[in-house]
Amino acid sequence: MTAHASGDKRFKILEAHIKKFQARQDALIEVLHKAQELFGYLEDDLLLFVAHRLKLPPSRVYGVATFYHFFCLKPQGAHTCVVCLGTACYVKGSAKVLAAAEAAAGIKSGETTPDSQLSLLTARCIGACAIAPAVVYDGQVAAKQTPEMVLAQLEKWREPCKATT
Amino acid sequence: MAAKTLKIDGRQVSAAEDTTVLDAAAEAGIRIPTLCHLEGVYDAGACRLCLVEVAGTAKLLPACTTLVAEGMEVVTQSDRLRRYRRMTLELLLAERNHVCAVCVANGHCELQSLASEHGIDHVRYDYRFPRWGVDATHPRFGLDHNRCILCTRCVRVCWHIEGAGTKNVAGRGAKSFIIDDLNQPWGDSESCTSCGKCVLACPTGALFDRGSTVGEMERDRTKLEFIVNAREKKQWIVSE
Repeated sequence: MTAHASGDKRFKILEAHIKKFQARQDALIEVLHKAQELFGYLEDDLLLFVAHRLKLPPSRVYGVATFYHFFCLKPQGAHTCVVCLGTACYVKGSAKVLAAAEAAAGIKSGETTPDSQLSLLTARCIGACAIAPAVVYDGQVAAKQTPEMVLAQLEKWREPCKATT
Repeated sequence: MAAKTLKIDGRQVSAAEDTTVLDAAAEAGIRIPTLCHLEGVYDAGACRLCLVEVAGTAKLLPACTTLVAEGMEVVTQSDRLRRYRRMTLELLLAERNHVCAVCVANGHCELQSLASEHGIDHVRYDYRFPRWGVDATHPRFGLDHNRCILCTRCVRVCWHIEGAGTKNVAGRGAKSFIIDDLNQPWGDSESCTSCGKCVLACPTGALFDRGSTVGEMERDRTKLEFIVNAREKKQWIVSE
């Protein structure tokens, strides 16, 4: 039997992961982590799959998925820029970094540009307070960021796109 | 089961060890204001109205989720508590759009009654006037997020008594809101049994019977207690 009617192999991998946790209901967060890692974001169909396998009401799964900033319910851009707004980063001026990124990308935090190239996100403390303000570019943590540095990175991402169009 | 003796407002009270301060006080005839507490379902400690002072603790503790302890000294009424309760109620009123004059629950609203009991004739905080919608997709019931105080009574009766788990809370902080299934229109929900317990449980006008107009939403909450007693204790208790 296939894990999912779509025949998508990723559901099979997710199912194996769920079995590793004996489909325990309190493994919901770990399972959602794996689901997002496999699919990039959590669409309704995927959340329902998780709900059914863990025997949880869909509303509970949706509630947990929307409570944590880490989980995305919409497709992300080709690049992601996560600005840490934790206390240490905030004190060191991460709000200015975020404002610069928002102005340059023309989107608010939590949104993705219409061309699906960039997602701008925020986090409340990524545990890198010593290098505040920290920004995570495509999973890579960058230290002591300034508005100029974030603009330079966004520009760097934009260049190859320009070259191809 | 061991009994604990404690003092509530200077009165000697004894209660079984798994009793909450709220229940022990009620047993002694001492009323503590509550909003999220609902007889028959587990407590969430969400509304913070039942905060009490406990000797030896600087923090105020919610009476609904604090268990009695031997020698505990509890104060349920003080200037400090009244000040905090008033503040909590004002913040609840400022958070969403509570317009009593046009509300289906006007005159039968627990938030409104508590506000008047605490002498709230104005709110000291800026109203936030958020833009929340109304879900009128269910054939029998409606959900107006503007009047919701996120007490989660509906979530708890749906899960604990009905067992459907249709309702839950999505998001966090001021952006939290009540959802059905995967945040879909209530009318499209596959798990909802249309039992109406959430509507019975709602303390404000957020959940209502469709077709009711200003002041018409009166609820008989003893029905919920009746069902819980019948299901869990196999006792069929009808209130006279």
